[in-house]
Amino acid sequence: MSTATQPSGPAAPPVDLVNVQVNGQWLKFPKGTRMIEALRQASVEVPHYCYHPKLSSPGNCRMCLVETGMPARPAPGQTEVEKDEHGFAKIMWSPRAAIACANTISEGIGIRTESTLVQECRKGVMEFLLINHPLDCPICDQAGECGLQEFSVEHGRGTSRFEENKVKKPKHKQIGPRITLDDERCIMCSRCIRFTSEIADDPVLGFTERGSYTVLTTHPDKELANNYSLNTVDICPVGALTSSDFRFSMRVWFLKDTKTVCTGCARGCNMEIGSRSNVIHRQTPRENNAVNSAWMCDQGRLDFHFVNSEARLTQPTLRENGIHRAATWQDALAKAATALQAAQPSQIAIIASGRMTNEELFLTKRLADNLGVTHLDIVPRTGEADNYLVHADKNPNTAGARLILGIDPGSQLQTIKDKIERGEITTVIALQENLLKKAGFSETQLGKLQTLIHAHVLANSSAAAASVVFPLATYAEKRGTMINATGRLQRLNNAVEPVGEARSGWEFLRDLTLAVTGQNGLYSIEDVFKTLAAAVPAFTGLNLGKIGDLGLPLLETTETIPVLEREKDRKAKGIIVG
Amino acid sequence: MAYTVPRPKLSLLERTYFPTLIGGLKITLGHFIRFVQGKGKVTMSYPEEKWDASLPEHYRGAPTLVTDEHERERCVACQLCEFICPPRAITIVPEQIPAADKFAKVEKRPKAFEIDMIRCIYCGMCEEVCPEQAIFLRKDYAITGTTRAEMVHDKTRLYELGGIREGLVNKWNPLK
Amino acid sequence: MDWFLIISSGAKIAIITFGIILPMVALCSLAERKVSAFIQDRIGPNRVGIPMTLFGAKKDIALLGLVQPLADGLKFLLKEDFTPKHVRKFYFWLAPALVLVPALLTVGVIPFGSSIQVLGKQIPLVIADLSIGPLFVFAISSLGVYGIVLAGWASNSKYPFLGGVRSSSQMISYEIALGLSVIPVLMIFGDMNLGSIVRFQDANGWLLFPAWGSGWTLQRWILLIPLVISFVIFTVSIFAETNRAPFDLPECETELVAGYHTEYSSMKFALFFLGEYAAMIVGSALIVTLFLGGWSIPFGHYLGLGAADAIGNWWVGLLHVGCFLTKVAAFIFFFMWVRWTVPRFRFDQLMRLGWIFFFEIALANVFLTALILMLVK
Repeated sequence: MSTATQPSGPAAPPVDLVNVQVNGQWLKFPKGTRMIEALRQASVEVPHYCYHPKLSSPGNCRMCLVETGMPARPAPGQTEVEKDEHGFAKIMWSPRAAIACANTISEGIGIRTESTLVQECRKGVMEFLLINHPLDCPICDQAGECGLQEFSVEHGRGTSRFEENKVKKPKHKQIGPRITLDDERCIMCSRCIRFTSEIADDPVLGFTERGSYTVLTTHPDKELANNYSLNTVDICPVGALTSSDFRFSMRVWFLKDTKTVCTGCARGCNMEIGSRSNVIHRQTPRENNAVNSAWMCDQGRLDFHFVNSEARLTQPTLRENGIHRAATWQDALAKAATALQAAQPSQIAIIASGRMTNEELFLTKRLADNLGVTHLDIVPRTGEADNYLVHADKNPNTAGARLILGIDPGSQLQTIKDKIERGEITTVIALQENLLKKAGFSETQLGKLQTLIHAHVLANSSAAAASVVFPLATYAEKRGTMINATGRLQRLNNAVEPVGEARSGWEFLRDLTLAVTGQNGLYSIEDVFKTLAAAVPAFTGLNLGKIGDLGLPLLETTETIPVLEREKDRKAKGIIVG
Repeated sequence: MAYTVPRPKLSLLERTYFPTLIGGLKITLGHFIRFVQGKGKVTMSYPEEKWDASLPEHYRGAPTLVTDEHERERCVACQLCEFICPPRAITIVPEQIPAADKFAKVEKRPKAFEIDMIRCIYCGMCEEVCPEQAIFLRKDYAITGTTRAEMVHDKTRLYELGGIREGLVNKWNPLK
Repeated sequence: MDWFLIISSGAKIAIITFGIILPMVALCSLAERKVSAFIQDRIGPNRVGIPMTLFGAKKDIALLGLVQPLADGLKFLLKEDFTPKHVRKFYFWLAPALVLVPALLTVGVIPFGSSIQVLGKQIPLVIADLSIGPLFVFAISSLGVYGIVLAGWASNSKYPFLGGVRSSSQMISYEIALGLSVIPVLMIFGDMNLGSIVRFQDANGWLLFPAWGSGWTLQRWILLIPLVISFVIFTVSIFAETNRAPFDLPECETELVAGYHTEYSSMKFALFFLGEYAAMIVGSALIVTLFLGGWSIPFGHYLGLGAADAIGNWWVGLLHVGCFLTKVAAFIFFFMWVRWTVPRFRFDQLMRLGWIFFFEIALANVFLTALILMLVK
């Protein structure tokens, strides 16, 4: 499936490899690689602040200075240059250090990263950076993932020689609805400025004043309000740009990072959920160059507060005489099963959701097949796409629903509504959908139903109309897989435990199927995926482990991702490393 | 290789155990008599007699929070003590200091700071790690309560115990 | 019916049991803790006194912790009397009583004083003046092993069972040495009435200290050799019989948790406790009676404090009782002193000592005494 396994095709153009001496060792790298990337490939870490592979390299932080040398050239009258023991021309070391982020390698050059010169340089640069930097690490949210903190431990002096007063700059400044700026902490790396102008096309940030008094600020009358503003917080190497949402809520070293994907739209941006003791504190993008590069929209990353909110359903309920009473899972499942068994297959409709995982959709399909139900649909949910990452399809797994349920989203909804009106459908299972909202059912329609089995994560208006309500786990509380708009199969992982008695959708569907038809054999999500892989041809040969953290391309689509397209273009032009 | 312990060769008298028995009885009787004479007393009758006056400077009692001379809470909720605490006795909920507050400039403070004194092992790591000199171990050692909830020292109680501490303490200086 | 005899006997039983033995047991438990504390340079219980604060006063009166036994007793009474589900209930309940009762019964034949004049009548200070005193003591006290075996068996659990088994084999083994070691004494006295044994010692010097009366005969001097052997074997055997350290293997904590009374709680446990201390008191009393002149005061014969002087002098009678109790107390202290000095024996060492040494030596001792009695006049 992946490009690596293409059986035959035009052979990749041969890459020119050049010999580079890294810390005394001769290695080969593709021609034109930036020094910093070559060193990274050689597992040599070069401290840096302003350099970011997805952004242009202005080389203004000077932290990545390395000692370089050119191969010796024959002097006038000399025919042979001096060779070293490996047969390469002797390296003439430059007396001045060069930045590794903006220079590229060429044949025969040498790089030293641990020489006295380099160490002196780093120490000097570090001391300059720290002159006006406040010592408020105990307060600063970046502490623990701060480049300045890390490199000052490795390359700093430990004590300050600066006896004058530090320059006072604006602190605690709201430069956008979601961003708080602390200018004293800024080290002028300009990553945020480059991001806003190069990636987000909203160049509102810039430097004013000069020298020590340089401050990062927004253009007058503008604020950093675009939907990608929080990415500046991620790329800020220090604690200058902070997320107003995450600010002061938890130290980063306490956070457990769970690799998962965003379920806000069909893009399926890769992200990490930072949680501690079952509370989600933040969501940050995770680099995946086939989906979201290194970015994520603000909307997606802030849409987690409902997980720990009061609105969550925490217990199954049964409606008796118009009042919902808390029930055990067992009782609720039994009641749902009785209602389903009592109804004719033609009287039952299942409204599934494009927010469900492949495993849940598969179990839904199995339940529908077991019951003989043909009225099966999902609710299409569209919104506005932007020219970056946000997709018009707001259901994260529409592709999975098409593939597994074999339906055209929304095609049956009207029929189902009509049949409810005519009394032909009496029983509806609504899975993770509020029928009164996007699905467009009316309260009178729901009132005509004999049984409405409602499974959702949040309490809402159609839960009130339901006869049985099941609490489900959110995206952050369950495992599973989804297929994004470009046909990529990706994994969801559970960062926190489900609240109350809520259960993963697949567990609920398995138990409901068990209660209705008595078939089982599924004990874990792995079992479900295995069964799914056996039943749906597209998944043949896959298991959860094979999918990996970055997912696998599963379906062929013609979709392109605007951000990635532009990134490719810039990479081809050599502006960025990518 | 098995090693055989060499047993001492005992004389006939020694084998009757009597000399050692009598020797042992002499020792214990000696202790008994010395104690009755009031010479062997080493026990301190706790609630009446206390060590308080002779507690060393470095004594590690209950951890407390202190304010500085302007009554500003020194703690900025950096949560390093929570991190270092071996029995995980400390729970901190940080918050932003509201703009109206006198010390709004400090930006951050603990909204809740709880030390579970049932868990606390009085190791003093919190004091050692604190970058703001906000947490100190006092000489209070009789921390008691009748309920578990009572044994959880909240922020108010911690400041009550800790009081005001002026100036900085050179606590990392080994030559102190 | 001699109503006076019945009433006076009843009074004696009541006074001895509830006025002397049981308070002594209580005090013993305190003494044990105090003695062990002093030996180990500690203070021991010194808190329990009269809780004046309960009645609104400012301070409690500590009384050196003398009220501790009361508090202990109260605690035993108030604790939950827990009977595990797996026990054989009838025997489980019977066992503690079977431990305490024989220990108290044996007190009956021990003369705790000469006689005392009450209402013009001379009352001998012994509950039952049996002419088979030592035999009665051995017969009854050996019943105590039933209590322990029953406790071990009825508890229906591992450790009590092992404790019970150990205890029975230990007590049976040492009863032999005990019985044999006392024979020389009886041979010398030619009498099994403990009362007359003490009166003889009162007149002619203690068995181990023949210092007055007709005491200074060559025969008495030579007889000291077998008597000292008898005394040592008898004393050690009493230690073993009462399960006291260093022979407390039936309740050896490190191996058997608490031995035969592991499953017992509350007052039932207290009965075992009482039984052990009562047995210790009776054992001490027996040693004192046989070897150390019972209630007799040293040189009382010359000082006008002998048995005959008690007739008509009630205070001499009381003095004799006091002398007896002092001797017993001293011996109890010895029991405790040994306990906090000597480490516990291993079970095979215990059996070896009983069967290979004490049994043979005591047997030989009988013949030695007989020879001396026959040859030396």
